[in-house]
Amino acid sequence: MQINDNKNEYVKKVAASDYKYGFTTDIETEIIPKGLNEDVIRLISAKKGEPDWLLDFRLKAYRHWTTLTMPRWAHLDIPDIDFQDISYYANPLKKDGPKSMDEVDPELIKTFNKLGIPLEEQMALSGMAVDAVMDSVSVKTTFKESLMEKGIIFCSISEAVREHPDLVRRYLGSVVSPTDNFFAALNSAVFTDGSFVYIPKGVRCPMELSTYFRINAAGTGQFERTLIVADDDSYVSYLEGCTAPMRDSNQLHAAIVEIYVHDRAEVKYSTVQNWYPGDKEGKGGIYNFVTKRGLCKGVSSKLSWTQVETGSAITWKYPSCVLAGNNSQAEFYSVAVTNNFQQADTGTKMIHLGSNTRSTIISKGISAGRSQNSYRGLVRVAEKAENVRNYSQCDSLLLGDKCGAHTFPYMDIHNDTAVVEHEATTSKISEEQIFYCNQRGIATEEAIGLIVNGYAREVLNKLPMEFAVEAQKLLQVSLEGSVG
Amino acid sequence: MTKPSDMNASPERQYVDLFRQVRPMLARHSAPEMDALRDEAFSFFEAKGFPTLKDEAYRYTDLRLKFAIDYGMNLNRLEVKVDPYKAFRCDVPNLSTSLFFVVNDTFCARPEHLTALPSGVELMSLREAAAKHPSLLASRYGKLAGQSQDSLTAFNTAFVEDGVFLYVPDNVVVEKPIQLINVMSSTVDMMANRRILIIIGENAQAKLLVCDHADGEANYLSTQVAEIYVGRNSVFDYYELEETTANTTRVANTYLSQDASSNVLVNGVTLTNGTTRNHVNVMLEGENAEIMLGGIATVDRRQHVDNNTVIQHRVPRCTSHELFKYVLDDEATGAFAGKVRVNPGAQKTSSQQTNKNLCLTKQARMYAQPQLEIYADDVKCSHGATVGQLDENAVFYMRQRGLSKKEAMNLLMFAFVNEVVDFIRMDALKDRLHLLVEKRFRGELDRCGGCSKCKYE
Amino acid sequence: MKLLEINDLHASIDGKEILKGINLEINAGEVHAIMGPNGSGKSTLSAVLVGNPAYEVTRGTIRFNGKDVLAMSPEERSREGMFLSFQYPVEIPGVSMVNFMRAAVNEHRKHRGLPQLTASEFLKLMREKRAIVELDNKLANRSVNEGFSGGEKKRNEIFQMAMLEPTLSILDETDSGLDIDALRIVADGVNKLKTPETSVIVITHYQRLLDYIKPDIVHVLYKGRIVKTSGPELALELEEKGYDWIKKELGE
Repeated sequence: MQINDNKNEYVKKVAASDYKYGFTTDIETEIIPKGLNEDVIRLISAKKGEPDWLLDFRLKAYRHWTTLTMPRWAHLDIPDIDFQDISYYANPLKKDGPKSMDEVDPELIKTFNKLGIPLEEQMALSGMAVDAVMDSVSVKTTFKESLMEKGIIFCSISEAVREHPDLVRRYLGSVVSPTDNFFAALNSAVFTDGSFVYIPKGVRCPMELSTYFRINAAGTGQFERTLIVADDDSYVSYLEGCTAPMRDSNQLHAAIVEIYVHDRAEVKYSTVQNWYPGDKEGKGGIYNFVTKRGLCKGVSSKLSWTQVETGSAITWKYPSCVLAGNNSQAEFYSVAVTNNFQQADTGTKMIHLGSNTRSTIISKGISAGRSQNSYRGLVRVAEKAENVRNYSQCDSLLLGDKCGAHTFPYMDIHNDTAVVEHEATTSKISEEQIFYCNQRGIATEEAIGLIVNGYAREVLNKLPMEFAVEAQKLLQVSLEGSVG
Repeated sequence: MTKPSDMNASPERQYVDLFRQVRPMLARHSAPEMDALRDEAFSFFEAKGFPTLKDEAYRYTDLRLKFAIDYGMNLNRLEVKVDPYKAFRCDVPNLSTSLFFVVNDTFCARPEHLTALPSGVELMSLREAAAKHPSLLASRYGKLAGQSQDSLTAFNTAFVEDGVFLYVPDNVVVEKPIQLINVMSSTVDMMANRRILIIIGENAQAKLLVCDHADGEANYLSTQVAEIYVGRNSVFDYYELEETTANTTRVANTYLSQDASSNVLVNGVTLTNGTTRNHVNVMLEGENAEIMLGGIATVDRRQHVDNNTVIQHRVPRCTSHELFKYVLDDEATGAFAGKVRVNPGAQKTSSQQTNKNLCLTKQARMYAQPQLEIYADDVKCSHGATVGQLDENAVFYMRQRGLSKKEAMNLLMFAFVNEVVDFIRMDALKDRLHLLVEKRFRGELDRCGGCSKCKYE
Repeated sequence: MKLLEINDLHASIDGKEILKGINLEINAGEVHAIMGPNGSGKSTLSAVLVGNPAYEVTRGTIRFNGKDVLAMSPEERSREGMFLSFQYPVEIPGVSMVNFMRAAVNEHRKHRGLPQLTASEFLKLMREKRAIVELDNKLANRSVNEGFSGGEKKRNEIFQMAMLEPTLSILDETDSGLDIDALRIVADGVNKLKTPETSVIVITHYQRLLDYIKPDIVHVLYKGRIVKTSGPELALELEEKGYDWIKKELGE
């Protein structure tokens, strides 16, 4: 991957950058009162006009959630969260759903323009279909009509509940059960919106599907839910981007992504996560507690997670794959950058249930400032899974002596035909390399950018082109000020 | 012998009750320096209970069932009836060791072995040591173990009455390796709580081999807490070799503190056992200290070996190497967790950890959990873990040269394990282990039914 | 007398058929060269002869000294006198050459009803045989093939051949990766070991090894079949004209 050609401009950008997505949008927003109980859940469900089965789904999840306590096993220092001090529904006000771009609130369009994702432009130029989720509600899905011609469904999950109830009912919670974990239960109880994708049998989705998530309103949590179903022999590449305004208080984001992959289907899921990480003193920022899991149910199915994680004050996230179908394959490619007071505990789980299943894990952690960055991963080979192969490589790069880099892999092997390999290294950024760059006239800050991008290249290469460029910039921006 | 009272719903109950019953006896049968830590340790144990699978450090070994057995404990210090020097002959040949025994939890020594030690070197029971060196005991006993939050260490501290004390003064080199044989010997189910305190001064050198054996068919459970202090510029080797029975449970927690420029080798070999849970906690406290931590487990049937290690780089410029290898046959279970922690400021740390495992059957299980926790940036740390099988190409190559498949596999397995054996810095032990490992794989090394029967030389 | 008889041999790997009906007879004392373009099945043939479990024989027979080879395990084939010099000799870390060879030699002796060699007898034998391929003593003390250069690995193969005294040696691309000196040493070694009772199959892509190890018969293997068999002059012709003319002859 090529580093930005125009170096001067690049340096300027870096120098000027704090958190460039840190604006708020002045949009009338309907926020329900803070607090969580069964009435709130009934209210959310009623506001969304949901069928009874979905309300039941939520209530069951809520009742289970009340029996759980927040997980503390991660290498994270998580302050107590008052779940009654959060508003669980914030809706940018509108009368009816927009029928065309003209009807979308101009302020909202401005927001997306600031985000660098002008919907119109995206529609025209990049051929990308975008579902933008602002706070909790899906605002606009582009390109829906042209996707519909191929039978592809790409819409907000609320719409999917209305228009495709059978599909949603069949798959919702089939990969991440509402009782899976504390945050999954919470999300299942209160999720307000998100995206739904269905790719019919034999269809290759002709464009990248993309969702931008943004938390806007203060004092709210965001609980979106993404459900992707790839039917037999289909293919889809899905991108997810996240930003949030700068606020002094912490905000909670607890999402679920479920992916169901049928026979010989392939799903690529890419994330560039850039939630507000808090300021240089560690004030504010998003708590990003996300459950992402894909089920390779079908034979020879394939799932690939790629993530570039630069934002959030605290990240707790393990995009996982259950390889149930024989000959299925899974990949996890991750770059996680932490700076200042950020904390990340992220990694993956590869659960091999089927025979001849393969998985690859490549994780690149970069820690700077006073941050703590942990890789946590599990490779499990079930008793009946023959000829499983896994290769994991987890590298950590340290910038500065106040930060931490940690690696916690778990290998549970229950079958003698498995070959499972794990390698990890931790090292600091090479002073020789920086000096070499200096000697060639490249400033240290930029040299670090170069070196870090080179270090992360294996992962960045997995991203679709549009995202790769943004991700490269993000890496540089996130590490700004990390050298003393 | 005092027996714990009847088992209640929780495995802790019988020990809690027992402790209250025998508290005065524990005081009488130990030393004031040991007794001083007892009540606090007991409170800790009572509050925390035995570890469960939910405790991260014990997630692969459930010891509660093992502790639920109604063992006897020799709290009355009944005298050992057998002379271990006559009954057990399991010394490694040509080792010419100074040989000592711990039968259950009682230290046994012959005067001629004691006098053979260089002058100033002290090897005795902890109670004797308390009488002779009270200040040494008071300043060191329980100080390393006390830093841990381990409820089994606390359990040991609460119930222990005696143990072994080794002291090597400054500038003394103990040429002959010292061998200590732990023997579990009883006709009824028996628990022993052993304690080892080792203090190596500055510029000193010593080698200690600790062998674990068990006699007969009884159920045994031993808890052992070893605290080892190694002074500046000293070299110390600590070998553990376990050859016990399927009915034996071993819980051994070893705490090692190393001062500057010390060089320590710890190598633990599990050849035959029932359930083993070893914890080694290495604290590198002085610059340029070096630790080589190794381990081997060759297990089959339903044997269970869990090695849980922590290496703490607390100061700059220390080096750690870690190498553990497992060969798992039948329905055996292996677990390895190795944490390397580099503290803030511990720059120029070099750490390398490797864990390699062979599963020979479908029923064998391996859990590997290498961990790095790093809080300093100028470090070189790596770990690697693999679970796999023997190289098929190598097996075929050897068969093409006329070796049978089994022989080819055996050769590869020796080679696999011998990488760890070769770290041993005692030639006689190294040779012996090459042989024992080979016999183990050939199935010629049967369950050690007690050392008196060990005639496989 | 027939040493090796291959009849209508079909073999496949991962379900893909590579050998599609090989017929070949080798008499005691003969040197056969098997040549052919890349991917024609040469290495598969050598692997199948010595029983590599990665390959599946789907049809046909192999007889060695009249015995059914396909019924034998790889080690039985070895002890019966079949030796393969591997194209890519396998590195076996931690297993010393000495232990490995002693185990192999003693298995062969047991098979022939001979007593085991004592340690000193064995080391003497090692020394003698090492000289044949000018193999350094240091190499003999290392792990099998570990840290050996390409040339050393091939010499090590011929050294093992000398130790085990096979009646049929299969040299699979033994010339690949060798410089001219190493090639000469290896070829000299093979020639020194040659007796009127032993046979050799030389599998090679090029003529140059055949300058040193003179074949009696040259076969061309193409697409899993032997498409041409002739005298030593065939090798020279192939060297000069390549394989295209053969393809033309076959009407391709």
